[in-house]
Amino acid sequence: MLRRRLNHLFGGDEKRVDSRTIYVGHRQCPGTEAFIAPKFCDNRIVSSKYTVWNFLPKNLFEQFRRIANFYFLIIFLVQVIVDTPTSPVTSGLPLFFVITVTAIKQGYEDWLRHKADKEVNKYLVTVLEDGRRIRKESERIKVGDVVEVVEDETFPCDLILLQSSRDDDTCFVTTASLDGESNHKTHYTVPDTEKDLESLTATIECEQPQPDLYKFVGRMHIYRSDQDPAVRSLGPENLLLKGATLKNTKKIYGVAVYTGMETKMALNYQGKSQKRSAVEKSINAFLLVYLCILLSKALVCTTLKYVWQSRDGQDEPWYNQKTQKEKDAYKFLKMFTDFLSFMVLFNFIIPVSMYVTVEMQKFLGSFFITWDKDFFDPEIQEGALVNTSDLNEELGQVEYVFTDKTGTLTQNNMEFIECCIDGFQYKNRDSCSELDSFCVTDGPVSKLHEKAGREKEELFLRALCLCHTVQVKEAGDMETVSEDQIDGLLPPTEQQKGFIASSPDEVALVMGAMKYGFTFLGLDSKTMKIRNRQNDVELYELLHVLNFDPVRRRMSVIVRSKAGETLLFCKGADSSIFPRVRSEEVDRIRVHVERNATEGYRTLCVAYKQLCTEEYVEVDAKLREARLALQDREEKLMAVYNQVETGMSLIGATAVEDRLQEEAAETMEALQEAGIKVWVLTGDKMETAKSTCYACRLFQRGTELLELTVRTLEDGGRKREERLHELLLEYHKKAVQDAPPAKLGVRRSWVTASQEYGFIIDGATLSLVLNSSPEASSTRYKSLFLQICQNCTAVLCCRMAPLQKAQIVKMVKNSKGSPITLSIGDGANDVSMILEAHVGIGIKGKEGRQAVRNSDYAIPKLKHLKKLLLAHGHLYYVRIAHLVQYFFYKNLCFILPQFLYQFFCGYSQQPLYDAAYLTMYNICFTSMPILAYSLLEQHIAIESLMDTASLYREVAKNATLRWGPFLYWTTLGIFHGLLFFFGVRCLFSNPALQDNGQVFGNWSYGTIVFTVLVFTVTLKLALDTRHWTWINHLVIWGSLAFYVFFSFFWGGIIWPFLQQQRLYFVFANMLSSVSAWLVIILLILLSLLPEILVLVLRKPRGPHRRQKNPGQSSVGGQQSTQASARPLLMRTFSDESNTVR
Amino acid sequence: MMASSYNAKEEDGHHSGSVGPGGAGAVKSRKPDNTAFKQQRLPAWQPILTAGTVLPAFFVIGLIFIPIGIGLFVTSNNIKEFEIDYTGMDPDSPCNMCINSTTPCRCSIPFTLEQPFENNVFMYYGLSNFYQNHRRYVKSRDDSQLNGDKSSLLYPSKECEPYRTRNGLPVAPCGAIANSLFNDTLELIYYYPNKSSMSIPLVKTGIAWWTDTHVKFRNPGGNNNLTAAFKGTTKPENWQNPVYELDPTNPENNGFVNEDFIVWMRTAALPTFRKLYRIIQKKKDNLTPTLPPGNYTLEITYNYPVISFDGHKRMILSTISWMGGKNPFLGIAYITVGSVCFFLGVVLLIIHHKFGNRNNNADIPN
Repeated sequence: MLRRRLNHLFGGDEKRVDSRTIYVGHRQCPGTEAFIAPKFCDNRIVSSKYTVWNFLPKNLFEQFRRIANFYFLIIFLVQVIVDTPTSPVTSGLPLFFVITVTAIKQGYEDWLRHKADKEVNKYLVTVLEDGRRIRKESERIKVGDVVEVVEDETFPCDLILLQSSRDDDTCFVTTASLDGESNHKTHYTVPDTEKDLESLTATIECEQPQPDLYKFVGRMHIYRSDQDPAVRSLGPENLLLKGATLKNTKKIYGVAVYTGMETKMALNYQGKSQKRSAVEKSINAFLLVYLCILLSKALVCTTLKYVWQSRDGQDEPWYNQKTQKEKDAYKFLKMFTDFLSFMVLFNFIIPVSMYVTVEMQKFLGSFFITWDKDFFDPEIQEGALVNTSDLNEELGQVEYVFTDKTGTLTQNNMEFIECCIDGFQYKNRDSCSELDSFCVTDGPVSKLHEKAGREKEELFLRALCLCHTVQVKEAGDMETVSEDQIDGLLPPTEQQKGFIASSPDEVALVMGAMKYGFTFLGLDSKTMKIRNRQNDVELYELLHVLNFDPVRRRMSVIVRSKAGETLLFCKGADSSIFPRVRSEEVDRIRVHVERNATEGYRTLCVAYKQLCTEEYVEVDAKLREARLALQDREEKLMAVYNQVETGMSLIGATAVEDRLQEEAAETMEALQEAGIKVWVLTGDKMETAKSTCYACRLFQRGTELLELTVRTLEDGGRKREERLHELLLEYHKKAVQDAPPAKLGVRRSWVTASQEYGFIIDGATLSLVLNSSPEASSTRYKSLFLQICQNCTAVLCCRMAPLQKAQIVKMVKNSKGSPITLSIGDGANDVSMILEAHVGIGIKGKEGRQAVRNSDYAIPKLKHLKKLLLAHGHLYYVRIAHLVQYFFYKNLCFILPQFLYQFFCGYSQQPLYDAAYLTMYNICFTSMPILAYSLLEQHIAIESLMDTASLYREVAKNATLRWGPFLYWTTLGIFHGLLFFFGVRCLFSNPALQDNGQVFGNWSYGTIVFTVLVFTVTLKLALDTRHWTWINHLVIWGSLAFYVFFSFFWGGIIWPFLQQQRLYFVFANMLSSVSAWLVIILLILLSLLPEILVLVLRKPRGPHRRQKNPGQSSVGGQQSTQASARPLLMRTFSDESNTVR
Repeated sequence: MMASSYNAKEEDGHHSGSVGPGGAGAVKSRKPDNTAFKQQRLPAWQPILTAGTVLPAFFVIGLIFIPIGIGLFVTSNNIKEFEIDYTGMDPDSPCNMCINSTTPCRCSIPFTLEQPFENNVFMYYGLSNFYQNHRRYVKSRDDSQLNGDKSSLLYPSKECEPYRTRNGLPVAPCGAIANSLFNDTLELIYYYPNKSSMSIPLVKTGIAWWTDTHVKFRNPGGNNNLTAAFKGTTKPENWQNPVYELDPTNPENNGFVNEDFIVWMRTAALPTFRKLYRIIQKKKDNLTPTLPPGNYTLEITYNYPVISFDGHKRMILSTISWMGGKNPFLGIAYITVGSVCFFLGVVLLIIHHKFGNRNNNADIPN
């Protein structure tokens, strides 16, 4: 039957898209009639984006796809084509600068990629071809080639392991460069392949390339001349991934299955989707407003121009004739070009430099996270990692935190606490200090004797020893131990043994069994060795491993003892074991399990079953068949597993403690005080998760818990849906309707009597809520559920599948007001929610590096989240918000006088400022102070931010980038612009401003306005600066000095390349006029006066600053020396003056 | 291999994390440096503005500004200024006859100065509704031609169109500004009380910026033999004389360095403007005022047409102080701002006194 199906597959091979056939060593197989060499891509890795030829067009295209760049390009082109008031240089130069810098940066990065690609592609590998070993370049490997790899080499493509130099047909690899896991993983050769690769004739059938690193299904047909082809199943354990490194194995041979861009590594590095921050949305909204301002300004000017020109003698007075060309121009075309000219004249209101500055601020600012030594964890010798700098400010806007439990709230450092065998409890703790969990207990044997039967005990302990996938770290590997601590490796025991496992509970269980006298010695070619209490070595043949998966929530092994008994041991969560064992056994153990769960332990139940020979034969056949299935293998396996794991008898249960992370409770409390809602999403069972929540103080003693779980649903004995509906309504009434209207910014106070609610829901109920019957009620459930959740202080979602976690995040993310969400987790099961949330944070925990790889920020411990959000996030938000507002403000008051000047120059698009000033304003004169501000500002000291978490609420909901503040800044800009222009206008009612009676012209007018402008906007920033470091001093006073110096220089020389020497000695002459000085001082002061008043009349922000703890007097001491130089206007609150008192 | 995967990763944006100190690969020195800058602990002073701190500042500003303002106001008031509109729109005006005259036309306007003008007196001409700051006008010049560049002299800039060439010859100086040079001649005649008259000497130099006359504007080939230097060029359309014959009395004041011309070339900021025309030097004896009170006549050679664009022409006599010409704006502004500051100071003082206790408590930690 199988063969028929295979033949069928072969026949239709070319047309099938979901599998590929590979001829090992390109040898024709007897099974196929015609050898058609299938076409696969070559092994060249191309990670580079550009080639020398397409770099320029492609890069330019990419860059101008950004809307801002495109806008500036259009402006530039208009300037080139149409006769505009400013030369194309004024906007072309900054654009050119931005484009060039970006192009150089991207070009350099691409060059590096080219270099790396070349290194990889030209790497010499050994390929077996017709029995000869040929060295050829890596890029020329074809699918089907047999490749030789020696120790410490990386695999050049995805290989199926055919032969290993190790005796046990295994090899070890590390996938550090793929997923960051540096432990050694064992891979197996295809069973029963011939030792002689020359004569091996085989085909491999496998699925088409797909990016999942841990999934692979395939099948190998081995043709022997005399027999039917043998079929072997291939799984991820046979596949060696490109990018992984061979370890501890002299050499291996493998056949290439996926090459080049089809390797799993290449498929995995195709970038994640870009996350955009909310601030960017605000910027875009403001931009739109400014675009409208720009358009309306241009429109007003154009209209007025034609109204004005219609009067006699104004359009073309005798002294100012038009050229013939201008006279001939078509009137509407002229109006249009006039409109464009005005656009160009006012286009500086939307500055190119803002984008550059924002990018720079984000890029440079993110260094402070990496540099922060508070994020450094001495245990793993690593600090924080920033994967994207685009989201810095989003950290200050978080409203919902979704946290994983295991490994995030808890340490994932498992410790075997107690077990329960046949209803009797065995506790280990009293005889052993809490810290040292590895000590050998004194008399467990005697203690055990008192309780359960000896046979049961030993069965239980054997089960613990056998039912796992733990590997023993061999003595030879010991030198790598210190580096491998991350991966759940425990320090060597007295026997110099370490255990490696994918999950730390397994290690804890094996260690626990060891404490009671049963030691797992290792797995040696399908034989498990354990040493029992009598110090005898027992051997078991490992027949099958029924792997753990989160859906089944259990795993099993089938072993055959020396005595010939076939045993199935199963361990798993109580909910998945209890229905599969005889019910009379359950009750005795359930008590223990539930008690343990409420104490916050992770519980696992252990069951076993004896298989008679016939049963085993049947099971074996089914398992093998399912494993060979090419399609739906997972589902088929699952079905078989479920079939096998029935009718077992329960032996006992274990309790493993997972300790809370350092400062987990403090962190959670701080987050809640900061107004952030914390949701715990865990796959763990409800009782365990609930106790963790209590321990983390997410639920307080007074918190009323609203439970919506399978248990509560089944309470009423009615249909689930009805009960769900009823409960939802009841909770909604309690939490939403009866509660006082939730006000933003209201502190969670412990004084008021208002009831706090916690909400608990489990996975099954959640799916009921989310995907309930297709009636209209489903959306209603969802909104009810959401409303309840939003009114609870903490929400616990337990028994979640990874996808459900993402679903919840998505639901909250898209709810009303689109709150900013943050997900934090450490394991592969958290990746989906990390990717889904606005900000994803990975913890460099014990469950590998997948979460870290997919996160936006990675931190070593949960406790670091507090500083990341409360201090860094808050500061970044305030900084960038100020940066954005300030940029719009300064360009508004820059351009407004130019707009007003049109009313006095016959709407002729005459620029008020010289071209050099127009260009340099945003690039040189006013860019550095705001950049320094946006990098260094601490309007509230970091210590205060950490101490008073409620300060975080001040910036919640995008507080400083909403329309209110924006309006304030815009008004300020308009006020300043009006003041500058009309102040100087009044002065120029008599342009004889020098003491020798000479007069000033239009360029002097512009220069005076510009001088006032530069000084005012810089001093305005100085007023806003709350944290003056020497850098701030340098750039603020430096750019003012630079402006003066530049103006002298620019006006001091007859520039040979300039057509017009407009500014020749204008600045110097201006400074020689007392009136000009007086008006400049007056206008600067007058513009800053309201600002000072606002600052004074606003509630003094002092209290926050003064709550510093005296511990940082070293900083205070330095500050006090600075304080002596304080200006008259301001008073310094140095730390010294506060702490001394 | 690692490099490849690593770089491929860099595609998605910035990688500050991996570029940072102890970036990829460096295992031992991953601990971030404990420097003040990197830990955001640079010493800094943190100014806070409170009513208490700003109060004295307001008073100080008030106390400084009000005297300055008063000083400015008094100075401005002491400046004597006399203005006369000689456009001739009024049918009774003596210059009315010149409005539509095509030939050079002379008219004279008598006026009386009530007060003596001391020290140097500056004579301005003023134009209104004349858009010297119109873009087409402002750019219609060639600064390198005016700087004495030979090639620009013969090939003026395109910007000068349509005043670039005339009859096939390049125009020197080219452009609309030069073409529309103000060409009225103004003379002052003083009538002694005994009815005898005297023409008041008007100085033509020192009216333009020193840097303009000496650096920015230069004649091609130096100042000798201007006729030869300007050979091959033609005068602007509206001019009566070529550029090298602008001032027949002073050969040094001819060509591009003619000060009347330079003053005109500095385009005004607003459509109503004045430009320095002549200086009346103070008397050497210092006893009699430069312009004693009495009867004068302004003799005008009326050439410049302004009626077509509703313009007006004025003659202004003004003395000058250290702050320039008469302008009450600065004085008033200073007095106002000073008073506002002072007033705010008082208000703040009251606020500070009334609510100050609370503020004080907040200010001083216990």
